Amino acid sequence: MADKKESTFINMVLVLFIVTLVASAALGGLYELTKEPIAAAKLAKKLKAIKAVVPEFDNNPSDDMYSVDMPSGDKIEFYPAKKGNELVGTAVKTFTTNGFSGYIWVMVGFKPDGTINNYSVLEHKETPGLGTKMEPWFKQSDPAKASCVILGKNPGTSNLTVSKDGGDVDAITAATISSRAFLEAVQTAYNEYSKQMKGGTK
Amino acid sequence: MTNKENFLKGFFRENAVFTLLLGMCPALGVTSSAINGLGMGLATTFVLIMSNVFISIFSSFIPDKVKIPSFIVIIAAFVTMVDLIMAGYAPALHEQLGVFIPLIVVNCLVLGRAEAFASKNQIFPSIIDGVSMGLGFSMALTMLGAVRELLGAGKIFGITIFSENYGMLIFVLAPGAFIALGYLIAFINKLRKA
Amino acid sequence: MEFIVIIISAIFVNNVVLAQFLGICPFLGVSKKVSTAVGMTGAVTFVMILATIVTYLIQKYILDAFGIGFMQTISFILVIASLVQLVEIMLKKVSPPLYQALGVFLPLITTNCAILGVAIMTIQKDYNLLEAVVFSGASAIGFGLALVLFAGLREHLDLVDLPKGMKGAPAALVVAGLLAMAFMGFSGIV
Repeated sequence: MADKKESTFINMVLVLFIVTLVASAALGGLYELTKEPIAAAKLAKKLKAIKAVVPEFDNNPSDDMYSVDMPSGDKIEFYPAKKGNELVGTAVKTFTTNGFSGYIWVMVGFKPDGTINNYSVLEHKETPGLGTKMEPWFKQSDPAKASCVILGKNPGTSNLTVSKDGGDVDAITAATISSRAFLEAVQTAYNEYSKQMKGGTK
Repeated sequence: MTNKENFLKGFFRENAVFTLLLGMCPALGVTSSAINGLGMGLATTFVLIMSNVFISIFSSFIPDKVKIPSFIVIIAAFVTMVDLIMAGYAPALHEQLGVFIPLIVVNCLVLGRAEAFASKNQIFPSIIDGVSMGLGFSMALTMLGAVRELLGAGKIFGITIFSENYGMLIFVLAPGAFIALGYLIAFINKLRKA
Repeated sequence: MEFIVIIISAIFVNNVVLAQFLGICPFLGVSKKVSTAVGMTGAVTFVMILATIVTYLIQKYILDAFGIGFMQTISFILVIASLVQLVEIMLKKVSPPLYQALGVFLPLITTNCAILGVAIMTIQKDYNLLEAVVFSGASAIGFGLALVLFAGLREHLDLVDLPKGMKGAPAALVVAGLLAMAFMGFSGIV
């Protein structure tokens, strides 16, 4: 490329300013264009997590969301799932701070009577190959491992802790801490859920 | 160099990751699976081509002393574009790649090509350069991702080849990335000498 | 107490180089001698803490206030580039020998993904300003620790007989992997 512009101070500032201005304008435009798809993608992701844990519904649980503040500063979120205005289940976004590597966030789906319908692990930093087994472990279909499964159990009647601590659930082999934490998150969800159920007509 | 040489160089002779040792951070950071490596590679290729084109066109209007900052702004703009487009239309991949998407702006490969090639060449060769280096980079990342995914989880592109229980978990973790890349480079070096 | 958790996590458990893969280019490029590694760490620490503070302020008072979050990448990288220029000018005046030793690696601090990475992560983790300073400082120390340890290892590697294909980058990477494995032992502390 032949001629180069002189590096006078004014030229430098002007050019850099113009480049940044054009770039920002282009980005601003693209941002407006992609705002909707991005919001839609976020909503779809949330709904997917809810759909996975509660029975079929026809409302928008995200719209009906309510929450409870916990002492740690985080919120437990409740997503009621309704079919034809009748409550068929509630997805509860719960957490524990006692995972092996910190926070574990779980979405638990409760039937109206408090029985666990399904769960989905949302976020965690547990050890791959050990704690990460949380997702399939507590819902495995092998009949020999039925003591690990929490689906269909009601935390109000079952002791939802690891058998090592006298509970009803068998922990993940070699990942007791993650298992304990996971169950604690589910128990917390149930406790807060029962409080809500007793408290009102939600 | 001829157009053909220009196009082929990014794959082996001047491969970003294996030969030039550029773009190491994403190479190690997002290659826990083949599809992630491919996704990152293609995102980077897009930025490479677009920034090469714009820098090739406008470089002569930019005073020497502000060249680097200006190039960086141009690259950053395209990186943000990729970020926004992926967030809206490929959210799962966007989440997997995470912080490494904005980090494309500091991928020494992109700024390096802008400075070394695009600012000194016409548009068409610059496009080819971007395509070549970008696809070569993508190839390297996909290969590394495939090796790590296969050895670590028994899968390639999500297709199970053998049970996860036989995998060496270390390969999908941090240390495995270093080790896999190290051996891969050694292997490629061996091939090039042969 | 929270600060101790942030510090231990940033230096050991989630080491910026060995666990998060940020700052690999200088990690491989500058780690041939322990003395340059120490010098580089100093420069990076200074830029990292300052950059995190400035980008934090920009995020809160400009980007968030005006809803222009999409300008994050551009504004952050401009801040970092300017800071590096500043450090270069300062070093030239204050310590010319160190300036010479670091050579071409100084401007490369701009493209050190660790700096931009830490700045972005600070926002993602929703730290307040004080936590941000602690986090960036600890991350820089973690970077330095990995760099200096690795330099020590590499000084030995250079004296050892290796198969030709493994010399240089491949061996360095495998050793880095072993170092990363060692650091994995810290997981679960916090």
